[in-house]
Amino acid sequence: MENIISIPFLVGMAYLFIVLIFRCIKWIAGLSKFDKIRLLKSITGRRLFQSIKETFMEALLHRKIFRKNPVLGYMHMSLAFGWFLLIVVGHLETMMAEHSMFVPFHKAVFFRYYESSGDFYLSGFFAFFMDLLLLFVLSGLMFAIVKRFRKKLFGLRRTTRLKSGDKIALTSLWLIFPLRLLAESTSAAVYHNGGFLTSGVGFVIDFIGNPAILYYPLWVAYSLSLGFFFAALPNSRYMHIPTEVVFIFMRNAGIRLKKQNDSYTDVQVFSCSRCGICLDKCQLSVAGIDDSQSVYLLKNIRNKNLSDEKLFNCQMCGRCQIDCPVGIETIELRTVQRIESTRDYNSSYDYLIQEIATKADVVYFAGCMTHLTPRVISSMKKIFATVGEGVWFMDEVKAPCCGRPLMLAGQYEAARKLIENNSRMILDSGAHTLVVSCPICYKVFKEDYKLPDVEVVFHAQYIDALIASGRLMVDAIGLRMVYHDPCELGRGMGMYEAPRRLLGRMGEVVHMKDEKEYAYCCGGSLGNIKITEDERKLLRNQALVAYESYSPDVLVTACPKCKKTFAAGRKMKVLDVVEVVAGAILAEKPQKVENPLAEQDVDALAFAPDMTCNL
Amino acid sequence: MSQFDFLKPKSRQIEFEQFDDRILTFVLERERSFLTCISCGGCTATCSAGNLTSFNIRKIGLSLRRGSINDLSDEIQKCMFCGKCTLVCPRDINIRNVVLLIKKRIAQLESEKTL
Amino acid sequence: MTEKRNIAIIGAGIAGQEAASVLAGLGYKVTLLEKQERMGGMLNKWSKLFPDFSSSQQILDTVQVSANKNLSVICNADISSITKENGRFELSDNSSLKVYADLVLLATGYNLFDATLKEEYGYGVFENVITSVDFEKVHKSGKKLTTLLGKEPRRVAIIHCVGSRDAKSGNTYCSKVCCITGVKQAIEVTRMWPDCEVFNFYMDLRLYGSKYDSLYLEAQKHHKVQFIRGRLSEISERQDKGLQLKAEDTLQGRPLRMNADIVILLVGMEACEQNADLCRNNTLDLDENRFFKSKNIHYARNISTQPGIFMAGSCICPMSVNETLESSRSAAFLVDKSFRSVQVEE
Ligand SMILES: Cc1cc2nc3c(=O)[nH]c(=O)nc-3n(C[C@H](O)[C@H](O)[C@H](O)COP(=O)(O)OP(=O)(O)OC[C@H]3O[C@@H](n4cnc5c(N)ncnc54)[C@H](O)[C@@H]3O)c2cc1C
Ligand code: SF4
Ligand code: SF4
Ligand code: SF4
Ligand code: SF4
Ligand code: SF4
Repeated sequence: MENIISIPFLVGMAYLFIVLIFRCIKWIAGLSKFDKIRLLKSITGRRLFQSIKETFMEALLHRKIFRKNPVLGYMHMSLAFGWFLLIVVGHLETMMAEHSMFVPFHKAVFFRYYESSGDFYLSGFFAFFMDLLLLFVLSGLMFAIVKRFRKKLFGLRRTTRLKSGDKIALTSLWLIFPLRLLAESTSAAVYHNGGFLTSGVGFVIDFIGNPAILYYPLWVAYSLSLGFFFAALPNSRYMHIPTEVVFIFMRNAGIRLKKQNDSYTDVQVFSCSRCGICLDKCQLSVAGIDDSQSVYLLKNIRNKNLSDEKLFNCQMCGRCQIDCPVGIETIELRTVQRIESTRDYNSSYDYLIQEIATKADVVYFAGCMTHLTPRVISSMKKIFATVGEGVWFMDEVKAPCCGRPLMLAGQYEAARKLIENNSRMILDSGAHTLVVSCPICYKVFKEDYKLPDVEVVFHAQYIDALIASGRLMVDAIGLRMVYHDPCELGRGMGMYEAPRRLLGRMGEVVHMKDEKEYAYCCGGSLGNIKITEDERKLLRNQALVAYESYSPDVLVTACPKCKKTFAAGRKMKVLDVVEVVAGAILAEKPQKVENPLAEQDVDALAFAPDMTCNL
Repeated sequence: MSQFDFLKPKSRQIEFEQFDDRILTFVLERERSFLTCISCGGCTATCSAGNLTSFNIRKIGLSLRRGSINDLSDEIQKCMFCGKCTLVCPRDINIRNVVLLIKKRIAQLESEKTL
Repeated sequence: MTEKRNIAIIGAGIAGQEAASVLAGLGYKVTLLEKQERMGGMLNKWSKLFPDFSSSQQILDTVQVSANKNLSVICNADISSITKENGRFELSDNSSLKVYADLVLLATGYNLFDATLKEEYGYGVFENVITSVDFEKVHKSGKKLTTLLGKEPRRVAIIHCVGSRDAKSGNTYCSKVCCITGVKQAIEVTRMWPDCEVFNFYMDLRLYGSKYDSLYLEAQKHHKVQFIRGRLSEISERQDKGLQLKAEDTLQGRPLRMNADIVILLVGMEACEQNADLCRNNTLDLDENRFFKSKNIHYARNISTQPGIFMAGSCICPMSVNETLESSRSAAFLVDKSFRSVQVEE
């Protein structure tokens, strides 16, 4: 009879376990053969500890959220970690009381309902500690409730919208701990087995009403709230909690997203906690676009109603990915969806013919966009001429696009055709280096082209190396510069330092609040296919206003598309890094020999023919 | 080859009564900016694909607006999605989206076997 | 009756000067304020005017005003604010200048589009790309147009709508005078170099004015100027500093590449940036093209949205010389009328 109260809890729990096991099997079955082997290896090997550690740090302690936003982090941690401790410590307590290693699950959960005596080893300590933990969880809950209604306090602009499954789960979750407090307090009032909190509240209950009457209904209500929560969990946002654990294990096993949906995409999609951190990073909202951000993308994938209008309305800038506490690969995930969505209409490009390559040491590929910024091209030419590099300007007259814009649109197969054609041309030239001046091209050349023995370098790197080796000399022109990190180069390729180092040789690069991985998107990104030009301007202005506040002499970037976008804003002078260099080239031998070594040891220099011929 | 296109015995008039708007309406519902083209040719001049073939994005848009969708399926494939056209268009037309929509609609019609 | 007869005119281009002489002639006290060292505005830059190749200097001499008991001229006065206090307007520049007036007439004209903003056209990158303004300078100097290396051009391309009718430049309106300027300059080039081929690349030819079409006809008939309907997309430079143009010949429906020795960009007219400053502290308004907004585009073209402030010339919208002068006289008439009606009321 007295076991009846645990029935709702047990039913809910059982349902949850069955669903979880079923889902796990489905996910694992949906992996490719190699991925299955990877997963197996990782849970039998050393990586298991890594995964467990990460699960602890992220799923329980929420370390990443903590770092970003301590209040939000505390909220998540107190709920997750606090609850976890309640379960663990509760179990220990029950084991103590029962003098047994094996206690039934519900016994531990409803310990204070069953345990009326309250005299066992360390019972006082446990009573105190369990109350402390309950207080910890309740404090987190209080934050959660406040957050729902007053998100601004948390530094968030918006939280996500709820659907009905979420509402059941959310309400029962909110009820669980207050009910537990009340139930345990009535127990405390009746049996005098509580700690500081429950006996205190119990005293109050005793004062107001009759605990002996309230006792039973409260425990039933507590059990019901638990049961409802567990039953609602698989169809609610809280499914992310168990899924994140699976995600961590799969990620640590080395499983990666493919060019098509598989169960790893599913796992990532269901791992999203809908924390909304990505919304706050996304610039689309300044243009009033509020339905296509990562969190909504994931939601739409889950609900299977992702429209093209939303899928393609994203800059692919990666700002959201940097801060996602779960580590969801928002950009790759969206790319996969774009591939799936456009799979039926990839192009063949049968018309491509193999042009004859010119033999050269170095190939320069300017890219489509750069043809609309001739100052970049003429600056590159000037530098090549100054150092006497034997260059073949591959797309001076005509060449296919690099393929990256197609990829951003999801047309991977089509892009491969262009890649093959361009690769053959580059290899035919016999060059050892490929220089590109557009980050969009750079990314695809680095990641998707197979060019053995050809080093792909970005122009900023290339020029920086020319200067470092003494082949090119530049003057300190004393400009105060703000450097805009292009999305494809910065977050896309992780190149933050080379352009800064190069610019630093000529002037001052101002440090900013939002730079490097937190840099703005210029608004012009080719990744977005749906946004209107007027909306792009709003994104651009957000960045420009921020840059203007540092009152630089020029705004420098390293991407023709960013350059054109910012220049059209007409707020300040905009240059590409290579233009800054071209304006600072020392044609003559500098008056003062820069290299101190050269001054001291002239003889040694004579043995370095490469350097002397330039001096 | 394409030089003397006009000598081919196509229909001499634009048959407005046979206006096929199945692609046009699909595009216009999703990309309003397509309405504002003034046929300046900037897009075609700069076009990366047009640089390599006889592909003419302006004419594709124009024939679509005239309700003719002949040969569109093969032609539209040639676009490389580079975005240069969008960057020069004086009317701020989101041409890449127009291309994407045309391709999508053609795929739909082809799967329904109505094209 | 208090005498309310002080008028301040901002801008001493032809619009400002013409209005000043009319109003001073009617006996009002006029202060003419000019930000530049000398009066005349844009016309100082032009050599010969369309549609009749009369000299720009001649117009300047005709409208030229000189100070008298009713008219004072203040140059180097870059007016940046207009405020209304106690029924009077106070105008000030960025230094200590303050001018008080009962009525204000805006004749601030326009700015030229900065062609370096259309980077794909190569102005400021390729030396043989020049603007229509640069061409006027060459023509005015009496020299012949040559390539950077001093050679005779064999082919010149003139590009219409640079910085006008272009969302990418932020100006979606038509500058109205550049088409006819392009026709005029095409003729001037062939007059300098009879063997030179001239091509005008246009989107639409907007030759709206009286006698403009006859100039078009003349360009075709006597000067073999060719008109290609297609917007230039980009220019690149060849090894020999010659230029390569890309456009579509839209009437043929095929992309076109052309080599040219010199390219002339017909830069458009833009509203002055300072217009926005002048709108502060009063109810002056700008229209969607950032020019001053008229109270009514048909019957109150010269009347601004701030009572007591009137407008004349190309600060309202792009205008040719004759339109500017007409606009200016009509503004002067309305200013006079407004003073009279005040007096009648009193
Ligand atoms: C390339 C080109 C060629 C042209 N050729 C011809 C032609 O051949 N024939 C023809 O009919 N038209 C021609 N035009 C048009 C002609 O230039 C204008 O009609 C004329 O200049 C308009 O005169 P305005 O007085 O209104 O303005 P402006 O000439 O611009 O004069 C405005 C004056 O106001 C001053 N000002 C502005 N702001 C302030 C301020 N805040 N405080 C004080 N002073 C200020 C300026 O310094 C300037 O002196 C041409 C235009 C262009 C762009
Ligand atoms: S994608 Fe990441 S940041 Fe965005 S809501 Fe989901 S978990 Fe939070
Ligand atoms: S990639 Fe950029 S635009 Fe897209 S959702 Fe993330 S932050 Fe927003
Ligand atoms: S550039 Fe724009 S306006 Fe011009 S033809 Fe192309 S789509 Fe039409
Ligand atoms: S996106 Fe397509 S149509 Fe536009 S310029 Fe590139 S290849 Fe041409
Ligand atoms: S007048 Fe001619 S060149 Fe000038 S903006 Fe209008 S259409 Fe273009």
